[in-house]
Parts: sequence; C-alpha cells; structure tokens
Amino acid sequence: MEEAKGAGSCGSHQCGHSGGGCGDKFLNPTPMLDELENGPWPSFVGGFKELAERTKKPMLRGVMDQLEYSYNTKMGYWKGGLVTVDGYGAGVITRYSMIKDKIPEASEFHTMRIQPAPGLHYNTEMLRELCDIWEEYGSGIITLHGQTGDIMLQGIEQDKVQECFDRLNEKGWDLGGAGAGMRTAVSCAGPARCEQACYDNLELHLHALRHFVSQLHRPEWNYKIKFKFSACPNDCTNAIMRSDLAVIGTWKDAIQVEEPAVKEWIEKNGVDALVNQVINLCPTRAISLENGGMKIESRDCVRCMHCLNVMPKALSPGKERGISLLMGGKNTLKVGVNMGSLIIPFMKMETEEDREAFMELVEEIIDWWDDNGLDHERIGESIERVGLKQFLEGVGIDVDINQVARPRDNPYFKAKY
Amino acid sequence: MSSPERTWKTIESGPHTYQEALHPVVRKNYGKWKYHEIPRPGVLKHVAESGDAIYTVRAGTPRQDTVDMVRRLCEIADRFSDGHLRFTVRNNVEFLTPNPDNVEPMIKELESMGFPVGGAGNCVSSVSHTQGWLHCDIPATDASGVVKSMMDTLYHEFKHMEMPNKVRLSTSCCSINCGGQADIAVVVKHTRPPRINHEHLSMVCELPKAVARCPVAAIRPTVVDGKRSLMVDEAKCICCGACFGACPAMEINHPEHSKFAIWVGGKNSNARSKPSTMSIVAHNLPNNPPRWPEVTDAVGRILTAYKAGGRPWERVGEWINRIGWKRFFEETGLTFDEDMIDSYRHARTTFNQSAHVRF
Ligand code: HEM
Ligand code: SF4
Ligand code: SF4
Ligand code: SF4
Ligand code: SF4
Repeated sequence: MEEAKGAGSCGSHQCGHSGGGCGDKFLNPTPMLDELENGPWPSFVGGFKELAERTKKPMLRGVMDQLEYSYNTKMGYWKGGLVTVDGYGAGVITRYSMIKDKIPEASEFHTMRIQPAPGLHYNTEMLRELCDIWEEYGSGIITLHGQTGDIMLQGIEQDKVQECFDRLNEKGWDLGGAGAGMRTAVSCAGPARCEQACYDNLELHLHALRHFVSQLHRPEWNYKIKFKFSACPNDCTNAIMRSDLAVIGTWKDAIQVEEPAVKEWIEKNGVDALVNQVINLCPTRAISLENGGMKIESRDCVRCMHCLNVMPKALSPGKERGISLLMGGKNTLKVGVNMGSLIIPFMKMETEEDREAFMELVEEIIDWWDDNGLDHERIGESIERVGLKQFLEGVGIDVDINQVARPRDNPYFKAKY
Repeated sequence: MSSPERTWKTIESGPHTYQEALHPVVRKNYGKWKYHEIPRPGVLKHVAESGDAIYTVRAGTPRQDTVDMVRRLCEIADRFSDGHLRFTVRNNVEFLTPNPDNVEPMIKELESMGFPVGGAGNCVSSVSHTQGWLHCDIPATDASGVVKSMMDTLYHEFKHMEMPNKVRLSTSCCSINCGGQADIAVVVKHTRPPRINHEHLSMVCELPKAVARCPVAAIRPTVVDGKRSLMVDEAKCICCGACFGACPAMEINHPEHSKFAIWVGGKNSNARSKPSTMSIVAHNLPNNPPRWPEVTDAVGRILTAYKAGGRPWERVGEWINRIGWKRFFEETGLTFDEDMIDSYRHARTTFNQSAHVRF
C-alpha cells in the first residue's frame, strides 16, 4: 500500500522524467501513452484518462502505469489464473499483474466476457444499465467488442466478480464462453437491416447459444468451438475463417431481377460499367450481355453475391432461401490457417422445426468430435486428420459434390467393392 | 468462488435478447428490406418493401471504450435515433433513424465529440484487433496503440470512399492472430526461439501439454538440476510462440526479438473470387512504441499502390492476382525475400505450378 501511495503522489517509478504536471493530478505521468492522444482518430488513452480523473479508481491509475511500463520495456506483464462465478467454469478471463511489487494498484484486472444481443443491437436503456453496474463494481473500461463476439468488461477484482455478475444476470446479461467449450457467437446485422439476408440469423444465433448454454458455461470438450452467423455469402462476420461452424445464408432458385431497376442502373452507369463491373467480374461467367441488358444463367451462378452487391436495387437473392453450413475455419495454430469447407450445401431455416433439426445435426457433429478428436484439436483439424469421408459417415451426412472443389487427384485409396 | 450470502439465483440465459434492442421501424420491416444506397460517406439508406426508409450513421470508436464514452453514445442515440444503436464487427458504432432530418445534425454532433463518421462502402474501415499489453497474457506488443497509430494515418481513407473496394485491416499481438485474416494484417513475428525459465517451469508447466503444442516437435523433455524440465531444438524451432500459450516459462517475448510482419490478400467474402488467405509481404519490422512508424509506413505504401492501381470492385488480393506479385512488390517498394517462400505443410500449393511468368 505504501508503494501505491508513493505512485499516487509521484514518488516512484517514471515520474522522474516528467518535469512537473504531477501536482494535483490523480494520474501519474505517462509520456509514452500521451503520444497516443495526438492525431485525429479517437484515443483510448484520452478515454482512460477522463475516466480515471473522474472516478479516481486506483485500479485505473495502476493499469495505465503498467501499460506505460510495457510501452517502455516492450513486454507484457499479465498472467492468467482461475476465477469463475458460482456454478460456471468459464467466462471470466483472469489477469494478475506480474509486477505488482512495482505497480500494486492493478494487481488484479480480470475481464468479464458478456454475451451481447445477436447482431450487436442495443437500446440505450440496456447499455446504461450495463455501464452503471460496471462502474459500481469494475474499472469502467469496456471493449465493444472482443473478436470472440463478447462485450468485454475489463478490470475487476476477484471478490467483486460474483456480485457484479449477479447484478448483470438480473438484467438479462450472461457470461460468454472461454476454454474448451462452446464460445460466444457473432452475427451480422442480418434481416434487421440488410436486404441480402437469406435467413433469420439473429433468431438462430439466440436459439443455438441457448441450446448450448450449459456447454458454454462449463467447458468439457477437446477444445473451443465457435459459431458465426452470416446471413448471406458476403459473410460480414468472417465466419468462413473464424468459426468452426460457419452458418452462411444462401438461396437455391434464380436471382430475382427487377427489370426496370436494371434499366435504370444501365442508364445511369452505362453499358461499359455493366460489362466491366458486373458481367466480366462474375466468377462463373453466368451473366451475358443481351440486347443492351443483362441475362443471368441461373445454372451457372454460384451465389457469390457480386452482381447483387453492385446492383442492390435491381437484383435480390432468390425466394427459396436457407443456409449453408461450412466447417473447420480457424487461424494459425497449429496446422496452419484453415478455411471452413462446405459440409451442408443447403438447409431450410424458416421455422422452429428447421432450427430444431439444425440443432440435432450440430449435436451429432459435436458428439462425433468428442469421440474422435484429440486434446486441443479444433474440429476442422479432426476432420482433416480422420478424413472428410469418415466424418460424413460418422455423422450421417450425405456425400455431396459441393463438399469438394473437385474429385481427388491421387489414386491411393481403398474402396468397398 | 462461492458467496454464502448470495440471494440471486443464476439464470443461464445465454445471449441478451435482441427484439427490444431493435428500432421500431426495423422491427416493422424485419426481413423485408429491399435495397440500400450510400448517400454520403458513413451514411447508409435502407429502403423496405413497405416504402419505409431507415438511415444509418456509422462512426469510428477506439473499441477500447469507457462507461463515459458509451454514455455519450447513448446520449446521441436518445437525441437522434430514438434510443437505438448497434455496433459492427469492426468496432464502429451505428445509429439508425427513420428521420432524414436527423442525419446531418447527428454527424455534426458525432464529429464534434471526436467520433469520425465514415467506414461505409469502398473505404478503409476500422481495424479488427486484439488485446495486447493492456490485457492479454501472451502479447508481444500492444494492439490498441498500433491501431490508433494506423487509423490516425488512415483517417482520410476512413471518411472517404476512394478505394476500389472495401479494405479490411486487422492487427494481432502474437502469431495466434486473433485479429484474423484481412486485406492487410499486421501480425507479430518472433525471431528467436523461446528462452526457457527452468526454475519457473518446474512450478507452472504441464510438460506434455507444452510438448504437444509445438507444431514442429522441437520441444523435448529433459532434466535440469535434477528437476524435470524441457529443452528446445533451436535448429527446428520456427519461433511461433505456441508453446508460450501452453507454458509461461517458455519465454518467447523479447523487446528486440519480437518483430512485426505484414500480410495481404485475406478475403472472407465470397463475392467474385473464392475466399482467400493472406500472404506475407514484409517482416522484421521493429516493435516500436508508441507510434510504430515503420508499420504504418508499410501499410500506407500498400494502400497507396492499391488505391492508384485497383480497378472498381477489386479487393486487395484480387488486385494482386491481376497485376501479379512481381508488380505488387515493385509498386509498393517492398522486397520479396527467401523467407517469404512457404516451407510449412502444403507449401507446394503456393509454388508456381505453371509456365506463367511475369517480366
Ligand atoms: C493463452 C492463450 C490464449 C489467450 C490468452 C487468448 C486470448 C484471446 C483473446 C483475449 C481473444 C479476443 C481478442 C480480442 O478480441 O481482443 C481471443 C480471440 C481469438 N483467439 Fe485466442 N487466446 C489464446 C489462445 C488461442 C489459441 C491457442 C488460438 C488458436 C488456436 C486462439 C485463437 C483465437 C482466435 C482465432 C481468436 C479470434 C476469435 C474470433 O474471431 O472468434 N487463441 N483470444
Ligand atoms: S453477411 Fe450478408 S446479410 Fe449479413 S450484413 Fe453482410 S451483406 Fe448483409
Ligand atoms: S451472384 Fe455471382 S455467380 Fe451469381 S450471377 Fe451474380 S456475379 Fe455471377
Ligand atoms: S493475438 Fe495473441 S497476444 Fe494478441 S490477444 Fe490474441 S492471443 Fe493475445
Ligand atoms: S516457439 Fe513454436 S516452434 Fe519453437 S519450440 Fe515453441 S512451439 Fe515449438
């Protein structure tokens, strides 16, 4: 504690080279971080300072001192540990300072991962409740949002975690995932505000994460597993690369074309633009120029979204809509970057029964992974190691030519004849 | 931890519900949007089949926010968008209003509070980023500081739609790369094998876990001072840092030997070309807080060349596919070197398996 006072009244580290400014300020000088207050982009340093000077929370002074120390030494100083709430095994990311002898005020700085509403929609009442509870128990620092899809409430001490959680939980908030279990999901804006949406991803997101809520709070699988829900192949949530279960909206029938709007587009942009920016960029040459207009050969279209993006007023996804399920997206560790690959080309996703059927399928998939996966192996890695054929057989999914880019190119295999 | 005096019984509710978070006009037209336009940078106009329209004003945030900042955003939402707002996956905030007269005053207000309006359409949107020194337990650098430095130099590109197509950026403070694949990504690259803290290791490490984590089987059990420990075959080690995630005694981070690499051409959208992963185009850039000028310079060069040479709708990777890697390196002034030749699994798929040559 003595050291803490020392830091507060500028007796200790780093204050030496400040040359003043220490006097009545709550914060210690942070010359490195101060550089990040310059420039036009909104500054997190400015935000932290404002919060610290207003609330006078010692933890905020400590965390800024520690960050400044990192900027000077080019090293990080947090280590993990274990903090949870009653009944849960995940959701709080524990951070203890490794330099609490130097900077005791931030000796504990845990994060609570909180699941937002699908699509990251809020009303101000929800957000203010969240802020008020968080200011009462924690540091007041919030990340909107972590890459895992959570609201990250950063900076709370262990003995306040349970009460903070209870207060949040009363208001409908729940912890997010961590560890080897189901993780928090991410959804794009979807049908709430996008004309390209091919299914109700917000509803499916809510449904799926409630379905797996127990496995999210009590991780017990080989490793993490993540859903991301993009309502069309533009894949605004990065599902194909960042989720084990990428649920991407698509359609089966022809693109809907509104001829007058096509005409209007061509009149405005010219035939050159039609050829150079639409027809020539279709990956499968499904579009041709016909009588100064465009004609789409539906059988050639792979639903890439390009022409719909260029002419949103004139073109829309077909009427028979649903989802594709891609699996296995993950980043570097440890077999290298894996893109998700197509497992289920099409499934309807309109009714409660459709959503239930989907949940049953995902249960089967996870059961297979639980039986066949190795420790610390993501599901895409398990499928690659065991074989896609074996995975499909194991889960009972029909083989479909859409699951491969092309048939095998090597002759070494064993078949049942 | 359990607290005996608890009165609240946990409800395992999962994600917060969304219906009450949606603007009434959104709720009314849910799933029935017809098309959208971008009347000006940072503003979207969505029109529904019913004829209703909703305007979205999008603004950049630091992502690393505070309750004060969030309350200010709430004030904006109460004044101009009937108390509703949302966020994008790139940390931008969006305010939705059916009233076109609210758009200009809202933009003025946001900008006067320091939130730049932009990030929509063919521009550089904000950076998908990670935790860094502020909060991760394995970072080699900061995240928010790198992003702030980068976005300061890209401020104009955020607020204007002058790019051939969208540009998605990401940054990551270790090679786990939580920031993910992007058109341009800044990722830490360690340049030296981990130093093993044997004393610490015997207390904190689950040895088999650390051994299993290594992608090239460079870690072996050994005995040091009579205690079980680990050793690293430094010739094999590729300095990935994966073992450090499993065992904090495998000290990979170092102020001088943790550098930056720049990767380009990641694309998740299916539009036109299939989704693609990134390729490395620069490495060994210094970890230089608080402003990381070498990194922002390299990113700037790539963006300048892409802006000048990309055709409409070409993403960074598609532009490179057309002009070829040779011209990419010429036009950006970056240098291709032997370490950019893949040597990991499936490396052959990155070789030129054709007689196509560029001179
Ligand atoms: C000590 C180990 C680890 C820590 C402390 C850690 C921490 C984190 C954190 C804090 C995030 C959210 C970042 C943000 O949005 O600010 C994250 C996301 C992520 N992590 Fe980790 N991580 C660890 C291990 C791993 C490993 C081993 C992998 C890969 C196999 C991994 C892959 C990812 C990915 C891909 C994301 C982004 C997720 C998404 O987009 O859904 N992490 N991690
Ligand atoms: S993924 Fe498709 S439906 Fe979702 S926001 Fe993006 S364009 Fe719209
Ligand atoms: S959606 Fe893509 S593949 Fe289909 S017609 Fe349009 S550009 Fe071609
Ligand atoms: S990229 Fe690495 S250091 Fe950065 S937040 Fe992710 S795990 Fe931590
Ligand atoms: S840094 Fe990577 S390659 Fe080197 S020993 Fe650790 S896990 Fe293995």
